[in-house]
Amino acid sequence: MADNKNLEPVKEEVELTEGVERTRPRRIYVPRATIYEVDEEIVILVDMPGVSPENVDIVLEKNELKINGTVEDTTPEGYSLSYSEYGVGDYERNFVVPRDIDRENIQAKMKDGVLELHLVRAEAYQARKIDVVSGK
Amino acid sequence: MYRNFFSTNDEFDRMRSEMDKIFRLVSSPSLHAPAGYPAVNTWADKDKIIVNAELPGVQETDIDISIEGDTLTISGERKPLDLQEGAVYHRQERGSGKFTRVLKMPYQVDPEKVDALLKNGVLEVKLERSEADKPRLISVKKG
Repeated sequence: MADNKNLEPVKEEVELTEGVERTRPRRIYVPRATIYEVDEEIVILVDMPGVSPENVDIVLEKNELKINGTVEDTTPEGYSLSYSEYGVGDYERNFVVPRDIDRENIQAKMKDGVLELHLVRAEAYQARKIDVVSGK
Repeated sequence: MYRNFFSTNDEFDRMRSEMDKIFRLVSSPSLHAPAGYPAVNTWADKDKIIVNAELPGVQETDIDISIEGDTLTISGERKPLDLQEGAVYHRQERGSGKFTRVLKMPYQVDPEKVDALLKNGVLEVKLERSEADKPRLISVKKG
C-alpha cells in the first residue's frame, strides 16, 4: 500500500486554552502521527525527534491514550544560534482508543525519534452474546 | 452605553495585542520558515559550525552528507512504510520520500574534519573552518 504523503518540515505547536500558562518555558508541539490497521491490530507511529526512549510517557486513561515526550536541552556550549528554522520542544498528543482494545497488552517501542504503538483488538471485548434463560 | 464603549475598546486592544504577538514571532530573527525538508538550525562558534536537523525515522545509511568548499549538502531518503496487503490507513501525517538541502556556510570548511551524528532522530553535523580560509593577522611594521 503506497504511503505517499510529502515530507513536511514545519512542526505544529500545541494551542493553549485561554488563560492557561505553561510552567516550563519550553515549547510544546503536536507530533505528527500515522495510524493504520491490519489484522485486528492498530499501529500508531508518532514522530518525536530528540526524545530518548526513557523520556516517553504513555498513559491510558479511560479511553484516552495520552502521549508525552520530553527533550533534553541540546544547546551546544560555547556556540550561539546563528540561524533557526525549527524550535526544540516537548511533544504532547492524545488519542481516543476504540473500546475493543486489549488494554493490558499495548506495546510501545521508541527508536530513532519515532514512537511505535501496537494496540490489539481483543476478542474478549467483542460483543458478547448473552444467553437468556427463561425463568419459571 | 458607556459599558458598550469600553467593551469595544477592550476588543480592539485584545486584537491589537494578538496581532503584535504574531508580528513579533514572524519578524523575530530566531525563527525562519524552513527552506526545505528537513528544517535546520545552525550554531556558530568562531571557527566551528554545528548544523542540526530533525529526521525522525531515517536511518543513518539513508543520509548522505557532502562538503564542497563552503557548501554543505544533506540529502537522503525517508523510506515509506511497507505495509502488508489489507492494511488500512486511519491517519497519515508523516511523509516520506527523498530530500536534499544545500546550505551555504560563511566560510570554507575542512572536509576532513566533519563529524555527523544521528541520535533519537536528530542529525548533528559538526564543521570546522578550513585553515586556508582563516583570516591572517597582518602585523603593521613601523616605517
